[in-house]
Amino acid sequence: MTLTMERVTLPLAHFTLDVSFVTNGTSTALYGPSGAGKTTILELIAGLRQPSSGEIFLDGEPLVRRPARERRVGYVTQDDTLFPHLSVRNNVLYGATDSLERVAGVLEITHLLDRGIRHLSGGERKRVALARALVSAPKILLLDEPLTGVDTELRKRVLDYLVRVREEFPIPIVYVTHEIEEAMTLCDEVVRIDRGRVV
Amino acid sequence: MNEWQVVWFTVRVAALAALLILPPGLAVAWLLARRNWRGKSLVETLVALLLVIPPVATGLILLKLFGRRGPFGFLDIVFTWRAVVLAMMVMSFPLLVRAARVAFEEVNPRFEQIARTLGASGGRVFFTITLPLAARGITSGVLLAFARALGEFGATILVAGNIPGRTSTISLSIYNYVQLGRDEDAFRLLIIAVIIAFMAVWIAEFSLRRAEAKP
Repeated sequence: MTLTMERVTLPLAHFTLDVSFVTNGTSTALYGPSGAGKTTILELIAGLRQPSSGEIFLDGEPLVRRPARERRVGYVTQDDTLFPHLSVRNNVLYGATDSLERVAGVLEITHLLDRGIRHLSGGERKRVALARALVSAPKILLLDEPLTGVDTELRKRVLDYLVRVREEFPIPIVYVTHEIEEAMTLCDEVVRIDRGRVV
Repeated sequence: MNEWQVVWFTVRVAALAALLILPPGLAVAWLLARRNWRGKSLVETLVALLLVIPPVATGLILLKLFGRRGPFGFLDIVFTWRAVVLAMMVMSFPLLVRAARVAFEEVNPRFEQIARTLGASGGRVFFTITLPLAARGITSGVLLAFARALGEFGATILVAGNIPGRTSTISLSIYNYVQLGRDEDAFRLLIIAVIIAFMAVWIAEFSLRRAEAKP
């Protein structure tokens, strides 16, 4: 699966995002300091923002004019964005087109399925958000700093789950991080972003 | 019509009015909260206007519109119970729209965006994400609209009259009793009206507080 960002531009508060890159690997890190425009790139791929110009291709297919709901992009945001009024099961099944059992098994959330979102720990929330994205059978998985707000001990465990996801599901991953160590552990390609540009 | 019949009639028509304004009220509130469109400020002003112009003036407009010679005269609703519902709907509409608009604005748009990336259509996002998350605020708005409808007087008397057994509501009956010097009857109805309205407003406030306590 190839993701191509072709001269994608979007004016932001302090600079204009202007990026071009091609990823061929199974997992690509967008690495750079906070406020560099990494999350915006994910939002552009997911269809939550429209670029001023340029095109995004996923395996040669243009995405920009396609609505978010047709892009089949699994987007896990920094703050999980789990639906607070739905149970874990209904969160995970919200966009379900793939088997819940397998995903729940890999991420070890089967015992959590009937719980309310408010009764989950930080690490559990991350896994549920990941499961929800995976069960929608995405063509690409976008992970926005999934280790944000996770303490050191839990960090290693969540990282293990991410490695497991990469091994179990043949879906290309775009992983946003500002820590090079994370980028190197999980990804086979690193794209460095600073002030809206690839550097 | 005895007092309890008047109370029961008023509660029924006020509840019906609050329910009937729900679909258009939610649509207007959602459009005001979530979309930018031409004419938005005009609609905002019109909705607010209903709160500030004298109810009798609104009643007069309704009478001109729905009277025999008006453009909607063919509906033949003036001086019937349907006119009572109409007056209550118009007068309580802004309260529902204001409450529902705030409720929609408080729903984090991020939830709706993520639902879309999971393949949900606009309708599904609205009914499964936006509406449930705004439900408490909307409930509060419906109850406030109901309470406002219960007390409706000015517009109702113009468009529905005060016909005992047909269009007489609590407010109209209180007015009638005072005119006839039956103060004791008027006070009895007043107390009932205050109790019902108090309960509606109290539940609305309670519902709103719970909505605010949500994460």
